[in-house]
Amino acid sequence: MSSSQIRKRTGVVRGTSITMAHGSGGKAMRDLIEDIFLGSFDNELLAPLEDQARIDLASISAQGNRLAFTTDSYVVDPIFFNGGDIGTLAVNGTVNDLAVGGAIPLYLTCGMIIEEGLNVEDLRRIVTSMKEAAALAGVEIVSGDTKVVERGAADKIFINTSGIGVIPAHIKIESSRAQPGDVVLINGHIGDHGAAIVGARGDLAIENSIASDCCALNSLIADLLASCPDTHCLRDATRGGVATVLNEFAAASKVCIKIDEKALPVRAEVRGICEILGMDPLYLANEGKLIAIVPANYAQAALAAMRKNEAGKESAIIGEVSQAPEETVILKTIFGGERIVDMLVGDQLPRIC
Amino acid sequence: MKYVDEFRDPELAKTLLAEIERLLPQIEATKHRPLQLMEFCGGHTHTIFRYGIEQLLPKTIELVHGPGCPVCVLPMGRVDDCVALAERPEVIFTTFGDAMRVPGSKKSLLQAKADGADVRMVYSPLDALDLAKKNPNREVIFFALGFETTMPSTALTVLQAAEDGVQNFSLFCNHITTVPTIKAILDSPSMQLDGFVAPGHVSMVVGEEPFHFVAARYKKPIVITGFEPLDILQSIWLLIKQIAEGRCEVENQYARVVTADGNTPGLKAIAKVFELRDYFEWRGLGSIDHSGVKMKEAYAQFDAEKKFSMPNLTIADPKSCQCGEVLKGAIKPWECKVFASACTPETPMGALMVSSEGACAAYYNFGNLPQIMALKLEQEKLESEKIS
Repeated sequence: MSSSQIRKRTGVVRGTSITMAHGSGGKAMRDLIEDIFLGSFDNELLAPLEDQARIDLASISAQGNRLAFTTDSYVVDPIFFNGGDIGTLAVNGTVNDLAVGGAIPLYLTCGMIIEEGLNVEDLRRIVTSMKEAAALAGVEIVSGDTKVVERGAADKIFINTSGIGVIPAHIKIESSRAQPGDVVLINGHIGDHGAAIVGARGDLAIENSIASDCCALNSLIADLLASCPDTHCLRDATRGGVATVLNEFAAASKVCIKIDEKALPVRAEVRGICEILGMDPLYLANEGKLIAIVPANYAQAALAAMRKNEAGKESAIIGEVSQAPEETVILKTIFGGERIVDMLVGDQLPRIC
Repeated sequence: MKYVDEFRDPELAKTLLAEIERLLPQIEATKHRPLQLMEFCGGHTHTIFRYGIEQLLPKTIELVHGPGCPVCVLPMGRVDDCVALAERPEVIFTTFGDAMRVPGSKKSLLQAKADGADVRMVYSPLDALDLAKKNPNREVIFFALGFETTMPSTALTVLQAAEDGVQNFSLFCNHITTVPTIKAILDSPSMQLDGFVAPGHVSMVVGEEPFHFVAARYKKPIVITGFEPLDILQSIWLLIKQIAEGRCEVENQYARVVTADGNTPGLKAIAKVFELRDYFEWRGLGSIDHSGVKMKEAYAQFDAEKKFSMPNLTIADPKSCQCGEVLKGAIKPWECKVFASACTPETPMGALMVSSEGACAAYYNFGNLPQIMALKLEQEKLESEKIS
């Protein structure tokens, strides 16, 4: 007889905010799990509520020859922003970390650290976002953990997701594989997420309507790899932005990457917010942007394949790889000059005047 | 983007560059040495590096990056005072973003924040006043910083606070003035500048008149300049034209923003709230007479220097730093002994490495570092050969 048949009813969270009791391991916690988590993350691997998800190895190894395994923690403030929330971020971020290695993302775990007092409806909204994001990305959330901490010990909610995926045998994506002559591609406008967060924080009192670009990139990457299986480098440009990823590639491959400011897709609103605050879109965070480095003879095919995908409609070729100066990223400015694009020191801070 | 892209047009840049090239042979001095033009303002330095303007210019024009970055020139002792204020338990210390990272003798505001001080970034002094109204049980201090550009907004905030009878708001005033500083640079014996790109936003407040002495007394051409790359190129062209024609005048390239009389209501507010200090300490340049303002006695209740006790110590710049010589154009940033070795943007020793508007940080971040380092090594080798 299964546990659901023994228990007469499914648990329901009472009250409007999360309390320490919801993390105590008792009945309140059981209600929380049943009402909010199981209701949303409904799948065969999670349902038995064992301490671990049990995954059939044969079905995994049939899809490739390497297991990709990654983890990331999400602490974004504010937890809701234009274009997503901490839940969508937690699913898409980890899916993307798997996918940029060429892996097919399969399963995620979800660890939540909740500050007591979090609104139950906010939690429900976040979990619903996670459910929807997972469905869109085609992954399952198969194991989870919840802790509630005292007020002040966390900021509303922190989420950790770990993920596993499988890398097909023919894929060899490495940040050290960029070669002179290769072409650099991006899948759309840069800096949207960073600008949306600046807007949503409100502490700089700048209103804007920019939405985060938060989305899963695995379907786009599948299309890219189908058109160019020998993609050399691939990474999502999250914290530190496009500039940071390009510097990582240039350093690992010991090459020069030259990008053209004219070719960089930046929305007028994002440029505007950067002009006002003295920030550089190249360093703004993205949550749905990837940089791909492909052999030159595949560049047009890769671009065409990316543009056909919803997440790559605005894809563009933004630069190329050359020999020297090694480990350097150079921007050809719209004004005709050149400048080095280095790694950022600390955070980008708004300038005074 | 409208009203921005027009000022970044590479085709127009080519026309201006051709005009500059055409004028240069008419200037006798360029046969012996490059012309040195100083852009005073950090905003200009930033634009010059961001668009790679230096590489576009003929070799006979050298740009000297002046001290107009208020964050860079803030002496370490004042940062220590900020940290001491911020660490008081009753205080919410509010500041513009890029002042957060400036190193004091022990820590920066960013480190003080990590250690538990309530330091908050604001975009306007009015945001700080708002915080004071929302937190009546706390003391909100605004770190007032900047040249004349930011003075009107701080002055108006103080006047607003007085009108609203806010008791828990004060300023830690570190505003500095442009004209005495330009004068100090012109009076420096090692000075060899041929012209000035004058700060556009300072001029928007103070107008054209305060710069007349540069042309009249010191016989240097000076052009008030906007912040887009074409603004700067056009001003360089205007300066070269003045030199070629043997003129020394104040010209206003930034007429779309700067009027001859400046911002009259802003100047009135400044005059109401602030008065000149006898002298103010600058990082890299030392003490300069009348180069800072303090709050008038009538507004003493909003003056953090009067309201709270502070260490108020003078801390000398590290001896190895050559910021002063870089600021006056005597040496290039990469010619400094500690550039890119002991002094980097991660661990800035000198003023000019602190903010992205500082000349050294700009060279480090945007310049061709491998090439610069090769030059530096070559120079050191030559020097050591000379010694042996």
